[in-house]
Amino acid sequence: MINRFLRITFILTGLVLLFPVTGSAETPLPVIHEPEGDGVKCVEPEDVMRRDHMNFILHQRDETMHEGIRTSKYSFAECINCHVEPDDNGNIAAADSKDHFCNACHEYAAVTIDCFECHADRPQKFINRGGKSSALQEEMHQMLTVIEGTGGELK
Amino acid sequence: MSDCVNQSRRSFLEKSAVVGAITIAPGILLHQVANAKPDDQPVSDTVRWGMLINTNNCEQGCTDCIDACNTEHGLVGNNRPQSDTQYIRKVTLRDKMTGHELSLPLMCQHCETAPCVDVCPTGASFQRKDGIALVDKHICIGCRYCMMACPYKARSFVHEAVNNQTLSAPRGKGTVESCTMCVHRVDKDQIPACVEACGKGKHDAMMFGDLNDPNSEISKELEKHGGKQIRADLQLNTAVRYQGL
Ligand code: SF4
Ligand code: SF4
Repeated sequence: MINRFLRITFILTGLVLLFPVTGSAETPLPVIHEPEGDGVKCVEPEDVMRRDHMNFILHQRDETMHEGIRTSKYSFAECINCHVEPDDNGNIAAADSKDHFCNACHEYAAVTIDCFECHADRPQKFINRGGKSSALQEEMHQMLTVIEGTGGELK
Repeated sequence: MSDCVNQSRRSFLEKSAVVGAITIAPGILLHQVANAKPDDQPVSDTVRWGMLINTNNCEQGCTDCIDACNTEHGLVGNNRPQSDTQYIRKVTLRDKMTGHELSLPLMCQHCETAPCVDVCPTGASFQRKDGIALVDKHICIGCRYCMMACPYKARSFVHEAVNNQTLSAPRGKGTVESCTMCVHRVDKDQIPACVEACGKGKHDAMMFGDLNDPNSEISKELEKHGGKQIRADLQLNTAVRYQGL
């Protein structure tokens, strides 16, 4: 009898864990910027890119770095050139914003990437040396200015 | 000296048709460099990229090459000259006896037997088959052994967060970097930014080309007038040679 009671309890608990009641406060899916223009197509179908983009980029990374192979198909710079565009006000979302093409999903999936520690997060024509590409880095620079008491403007 | 440079000339001649670089005046090479490879082909050791610097033409106080390099690679300093990145710098030499001064640009010498490659514990400091010495920042751990090993003080460490990099020259905090011989331009048949700027400024002190190709402008000039290595005693067979030292 006790055994049967335990078994039922276990099954019920399992069911509750498997199918949690979903409320209306579900995390919204990321909004991804689709490149504009007729006939603009990614180098692979969307579902392939979603699963394998990191492998394509990683493979190309080593070939470019060590062997000088510079084909554009899986080039990281080409991803950026196509996918990162200014919004209606002409602003480009920095890599640490959820409006940035890459970070939109990465933030949703809680997968941190460090590509943009070194790589530009926007096409060359939008790179503005005096501009702020990240709130965090800007803050760091301000802190440094205060610490060093230079008061000067750090570029 | 020229023996080292000539090592693989014969095999190169056998393997490929040789096309001379197009020049408009000594030292000024047109954008197109002969025998550049297609995008999908790996670099090979039939080519060895090098530079020849004529110190007699290098003006003291001129920073055209440095400015071009900084722009090309997005090198923005933090007003800390002790630690700000330098790929190329001007060095002034003074002969104590005669008082004669000369000024020359110094960058990574792209040594054939590179000490920076020997000491790197991760393989991040490496050399491409065409002789260009690079840091693979993806695997650099920032230990800075290579900086200590380099006899030319050619490398810099990135101490601070970087933003607004150029698309073709990624660089970031915690890694070591140095002159890449503008590898991203060379792979696209262009000459390094410093060499281009020197020519544009009508100084003509820098020449770039393939040391393995006996018909390249640089090889011909080296054959005719020679070119010294800085610290030749270290026997590193550098790809950057100097005249007028
Ligand atoms: S000059 Fe220095 S950084 Fe360049 S290859 Fe030689 S040892 Fe390495
Ligand atoms: S700093 Fe980076 S490139 Fe230099 S020796 Fe260390 S791991 Fe290698």
